[in-house]
Amino acid sequence: MNDINKKYTLLNKSDVNANQGVNQGKRTFIGGLVGASGLAVAPGVMLYQTAAAKPLEQAVSSAVRWGMLVNVNQCAEDCDDCVTACNDEHGLWPKEGSTTDSQWIRKLTVKDPSTGNAKSLPMMCQHCENPPCVDVCPTGASFKREDGIVLVNMHTCIGCRYCMMACPYKARSFVHETLENQLPDSPRGKGCVESCNMCVNKIDAGDNTTACAEACSKTGHEAITFGDLNDPESDISTQLKAHGGNQIRADLGLNTGVRYQGL
Amino acid sequence: MDTLRYGALDARSPKYWALLIGLGLIAMIGVLSAHHMEVEGHVISGMNNQIVWGMPHVFAVFLIVAASGALNVASISSVFGKTEYKPLGRLSALLAIALLAGGLAVLVLDLGRPDRLIVAMTTYNFKSIFAWNILLYTGFFGIVGFYMWCMMDHGMQKFSKYAGLFAFIWRLILTTGTGSIFGFLVARSAYDTAMLAPMFIMMSFAIGLAFYIIVMLASYQWSERPVGDLIVNRMRNLLGIFIAAVMYFVAVYHVTNLYATEHHAVEKFLLVDGGIFTQLFWYVQILLGGIVPLALIYAPQTRNCRRALLAACGLVLIGGMAHIYIIIVGGQAFPIEIFPGMEISSSFFDGEVSAYTPSIWEILLGFGGVAITLLLVTVGVAILDFLPESLADNIVSYKK
Repeated sequence: MNDINKKYTLLNKSDVNANQGVNQGKRTFIGGLVGASGLAVAPGVMLYQTAAAKPLEQAVSSAVRWGMLVNVNQCAEDCDDCVTACNDEHGLWPKEGSTTDSQWIRKLTVKDPSTGNAKSLPMMCQHCENPPCVDVCPTGASFKREDGIVLVNMHTCIGCRYCMMACPYKARSFVHETLENQLPDSPRGKGCVESCNMCVNKIDAGDNTTACAEACSKTGHEAITFGDLNDPESDISTQLKAHGGNQIRADLGLNTGVRYQGL
Repeated sequence: MDTLRYGALDARSPKYWALLIGLGLIAMIGVLSAHHMEVEGHVISGMNNQIVWGMPHVFAVFLIVAASGALNVASISSVFGKTEYKPLGRLSALLAIALLAGGLAVLVLDLGRPDRLIVAMTTYNFKSIFAWNILLYTGFFGIVGFYMWCMMDHGMQKFSKYAGLFAFIWRLILTTGTGSIFGFLVARSAYDTAMLAPMFIMMSFAIGLAFYIIVMLASYQWSERPVGDLIVNRMRNLLGIFIAAVMYFVAVYHVTNLYATEHHAVEKFLLVDGGIFTQLFWYVQILLGGIVPLALIYAPQTRNCRRALLAACGLVLIGGMAHIYIIIVGGQAFPIEIFPGMEISSSFFDGEVSAYTPSIWEILLGFGGVAITLLLVTVGVAILDFLPESLADNIVSYKK
């Protein structure tokens, strides 16, 4: 505020010899401007202080790389509990048949036309190590956390949808409507792009699982394993070591964090 | 009276004001449509999570591509030394800036968060071709503005050739960038090819020149200033070459795709059974936008007819719009191949050809962008000396 006062005083001094009537008008105008900019800036400063007062308890580290392993052979065709759990966790609830509602995870049926063999599997953001969505995002709103989770910064996403054009997995959705009843743990934004955030809220809270993996376990299918790909002792790493796992569109060289067995 | 003299258009006539108000209203309706889409959300547009870029993007890319092409008229004189084109240079630069402004206005107003434009202007991810384009577009305004200054201020004319050369190189890079927005998308079958960048450059040549010819002839007709056959026929022939060159690139794009088996499905979609996209390709892009204008330009019966030339230019613009519509919307309508060679289905419309019906709001926004372009040109030619008082043959062929 001192700087602003100083500036205000300087402006007044420079005007001493000028016409008094005009000066008064100028003073009122400049004073109004300074006041208005003060009013505009102050809430931001206050918010910043409030936010800075609550640092995350634990810093995100690249020592871990969170990932998921889907065992397609254990994924039941008629089960979509993972989808329901995701929708409940993040407050999505897409209407059936809607072309504009967000779907962070969906059940995909993959059929080989030559044999007729069909499989059902969950499809979501594959949390690539080299994500095309992050590459193309003009503002850097699409970003990858140190622990491998690909996220959208809802404060800097301008809603250009270039990431949706670039994603090979059709994993992203654009928020087409005004949102109601948002969940505090999963903030979303009209006019922004969003996708599976690997339940970053749960991971940061130390739950060490995702809503979809949790729901899949509850049904007894145990088709989704969540864990640290960097830890050779983790369940996901031992399963991958023992039975292998495929990346979808491995030809693109994206090194996905979500792997599939039984494809 | 062989001297080249420039003069602003008379802005006092009622028909000038009628034009200005008409364009202003269309531009305002466009902006209000964008505002309506922002308030209600993009749910009121025809776009969805399958077709994420729609009509606004077709208009925006069309205008941006036309912008770099419109500048060619000036480059032909400054860079390639064809003095006949010199009198046309100033309008060329003005039209280029106006087209880019119109295109960018549409692009920005369609953003999910247009209020965050300042974020796009200040926060860059330099790996993104989109971010490069933001710099290329703002640079284009500055460079073409300087080039315009060089052409219009006698004291600066010594720099005109260099400014023109720099602007020409910049515009080539800019259109390469616009084409690469699609060319860099490896995930979608219709894109993912380096062919798109040179094809966009050639499209810009044809669309930009067609736009220029229409604006120029309309301005001269409007202001009752003379235009000789010499310059008109030069531009007519040039347009013919550009149309043929675009068709060559289209042919190479499809033939190279057809060579690779993995692209057969998308080619079959675009060329044979893609419904509206196939029809647009053959009837509008190729026939109306390519073959008919070529016939109008080169057929002996219409070779010297200005109306035929104007018709050819109009058809080139319509064909160009269809071409960009097929690239942008058609490229998205064809399903993403998450599992190549497999049939996939889901509640998110995987494996299905996506339908798209543009809403009135998108179309109004698009025309708003065109109106912004024409508004800038209309105001520009009335306040500064952009247009020569005569383009009669003796003025055009006069060598200084």
